[in-house]
Amino acid sequence: MAVPVAFFALFFAYPVAAIVGRGLKAGGDWRFGRIGAVLSRPDILDVLWFTTWQALASTALTLLIALPGAYVFARFDFPGKQLLRAVVTVPFVLPTVVVGTAFLALLGRGGFLDELWGVRLDTTVWAILLAHVFFNYAVVVRTVGGLWSQLDPRQEEAARVLGAGRLAAWRRVTLPALAPAVAAAALMVFLFTFTSFGVVQILGGPAYSTLEVEIYRQTAQLLDLPTAAVLTLVQFAAVGGILAVHAWTVRRRETALKLVDPAQTTRPPRGAGQRALLGGVLLTVLLLVLLPLGVLVERSLDTSGGHGFDFYRALRSVDANGSTFLVPPLDAIGNSLRYALVATLVALVIGGLAAAALTRRAGPLVRGFDALLMLPLGVSAVTVGFGFLITLDEPPLDLRTSWILVPLAQALVGVPFVVRTMLPVLRAVDERLREAAAVLGASPLRAWREVDLPLVRRAVLVAAGFAFAVSLGEFGATVFIARPDNPTLPVAVARLLGRSGELNYGQAMALSTILMLVCAVSLLLLERIRTDRSGEF
Amino acid sequence: MLAVESATVRFGERTALDAVDLEVADHETVCVLGPSGSGKSTLLRAVAGLQPLDGGRVFLDGVDQAPLPVHRRGLGLMFQDHQLFPHRDVGANVAFGLRMHGVPRTERDRRTGELLDLVGLPGAGRRAVAALSGGEQQRVALARALAPRPKLLMLDEPLGQLDRSLRERLVVELRTLFGRLGTTVLAVTHDQGEAFALADRVVVMRDGRIAQAGTPLEVWQHPASAFVARFLGFDNLVDATVTGTAADTAWGKTPVPEGSPQGACELLVRPGGVRIGGPQDGLRCTVGVRTFRGHHVTVVLRPDDGPALEAECALRDTPEEGDVVGVTFDPAETVVLPSA
Repeated sequence: MAVPVAFFALFFAYPVAAIVGRGLKAGGDWRFGRIGAVLSRPDILDVLWFTTWQALASTALTLLIALPGAYVFARFDFPGKQLLRAVVTVPFVLPTVVVGTAFLALLGRGGFLDELWGVRLDTTVWAILLAHVFFNYAVVVRTVGGLWSQLDPRQEEAARVLGAGRLAAWRRVTLPALAPAVAAAALMVFLFTFTSFGVVQILGGPAYSTLEVEIYRQTAQLLDLPTAAVLTLVQFAAVGGILAVHAWTVRRRETALKLVDPAQTTRPPRGAGQRALLGGVLLTVLLLVLLPLGVLVERSLDTSGGHGFDFYRALRSVDANGSTFLVPPLDAIGNSLRYALVATLVALVIGGLAAAALTRRAGPLVRGFDALLMLPLGVSAVTVGFGFLITLDEPPLDLRTSWILVPLAQALVGVPFVVRTMLPVLRAVDERLREAAAVLGASPLRAWREVDLPLVRRAVLVAAGFAFAVSLGEFGATVFIARPDNPTLPVAVARLLGRSGELNYGQAMALSTILMLVCAVSLLLLERIRTDRSGEF
Repeated sequence: MLAVESATVRFGERTALDAVDLEVADHETVCVLGPSGSGKSTLLRAVAGLQPLDGGRVFLDGVDQAPLPVHRRGLGLMFQDHQLFPHRDVGANVAFGLRMHGVPRTERDRRTGELLDLVGLPGAGRRAVAALSGGEQQRVALARALAPRPKLLMLDEPLGQLDRSLRERLVVELRTLFGRLGTTVLAVTHDQGEAFALADRVVVMRDGRIAQAGTPLEVWQHPASAFVARFLGFDNLVDATVTGTAADTAWGKTPVPEGSPQGACELLVRPGGVRIGGPQDGLRCTVGVRTFRGHHVTVVLRPDDGPALEAECALRDTPEEGDVVGVTFDPAETVVLPSA
């Protein structure tokens, strides 16, 4: 437990605290008055209000659209279900920048709908909401559907036999069992959308900005550190609150539900109603998930001289973009893969140690640590990135010029996924198996190697895949610390989108497509080794 | 071989083991019998070193085991639900302990094969653990525990989850096997039939203490207390005062064996000692529920006064429900127990 704690203290708490300190201190004194001053500015209040209501609206819309999907995936058997389940998960591991870009290609100026019907949504809040639904659809389908598929249908049957109607049985038996999972999923979606950065940055335009976008603007463009510090604190408090509620619902979810093998509960859809439901869900997936990704690919091939690979070819040279890059954009792929690999290793080691520690011990302190591990998911990545720059630049830890800075920041975001994936599996390993090994002569270390490790090997692979995909797509922190001659894919995409011109736009689409393919391939590989008990994501 | 001296384990306020003394001699099979929560599993775990003691000591061959961690004690433990390693096949499960003790591969393979033969699963080494039936899992668990030749083999509810006929067959097999191998065995179970069939000596536990220890026959014939009697399935218990060879009870005057302790006590009459006669002889009772047991019928009898009685009757002597009968007691089947 000491290693993960030290890691988080040094690479998370320290940089964030330093940034906040720098913003709120003047001449060695704390100036808490600044909090009040900043929070009474109308423009800041607008940001707070928008952040909150768009997160609420996104969450509600996601639940509305994804819950039928959760039911269909949980209870129906249909050809291609495995593949489809993997497909709807792709958006979740896609970099936010790619999601933003895809929706820009679908809804933006000169986008797909613009060309067809002259419909543009990119400067409206609808684009943001739809992108958020796209992004979080899988969270609901997996969290709620995963539990739903394991609920024993005989419970509902028992209620029916006792005289409850179909609806009453569902409302009184299934819904209460499902409610904690729905709440947990809703909170995760709320967390992700509340702290949304890449999507809003690209789709929001000047009109809409969330807290995280505002922190970025205040830090990087206006150099107004006090305001950024106050906003960081506000986001920190909000995220802490959300995570506390989330931890509470997760604990409630762990309480004694009788679960069965999902294979027992599924069957082909019967009757017109069920087929219509299945059809509706398939259509939703098609429009919401496949269409934006398809349009993204199409745009990357849509050059002025017909379809072709010109944009991809242009990625190989520096000159095509004037002064945008010091190196060919294609180099970003190598950088991204290298960084993500190192970040994955770091996240696995830190997250694995944390999960092992959390399995062996219990108590309020450990539960607190458990919740703390989730914080990097929600605390302003921009702040972390900027914090890295101002704290890790002097001996003994002068890392500012070191390449390791980027993977370290990315690993921070990967660790929560590793812990969430491995913890349930480790907890499911029966303590008595370890005891059996011990009685047979295995030392504790040997028992871990002989019993725990083989049993969680699949979970480790799944965790690694998530950490890899998340690292690959990390944007908020990386945009600060990636050096100009070593951009990562998301940074390069954002930089291309920031420039005008057809070539830049096309190249952004092409790079996004490459990034999407890398993420999708790593996810599809994961789906093959995935176990039923692989955690909450 | 094994000596436990005033072993004590507390879980918070609750004392799971309260100064328990226990000895198991070489080649002896001892069964610890008790209801759930009586501390019998805790006793096994304490001997294995899985449960630290709050007081007392455990000796194996005269050596204090306190400084030794679990994996150095050289014991065998068969878990209640077997706890076979799901990610290894049958052979690898059996060979696990040998591997931990650094036994070379060829020797390991030989011994694994030998043990699978012994437990009646020849050639099952490559089978997956998940594909085994309950009885087969049980045999593999036994082979795995026996493989490293443990000084002492411990069994936690060895036959608990198996169906009845399989259980009865396996008890006989186990007893024969332990006799042949000369294994020293400490088993715990809540099933008295299992304990009596398996053990040279039975130890009955209650609330973390030993309520009685003795051979199966001793315990069966002379339960040391009303608790033990009830746990063995005897329900014909009544408060009594003994004077000479008769006891005063709610069921009237009842004969007791000669030399019984005098004064206030509890009286046990085994169902076999409850004789049913005509309404005029002895205690007047109304016949209640009758349960067919195969070789005999158990009849519930309700006297006008005092607690209900159970009697064993031969099939053709069974009275009809609702009949009024007279009941007498056989002193040979009557036991005087200390007052609760």
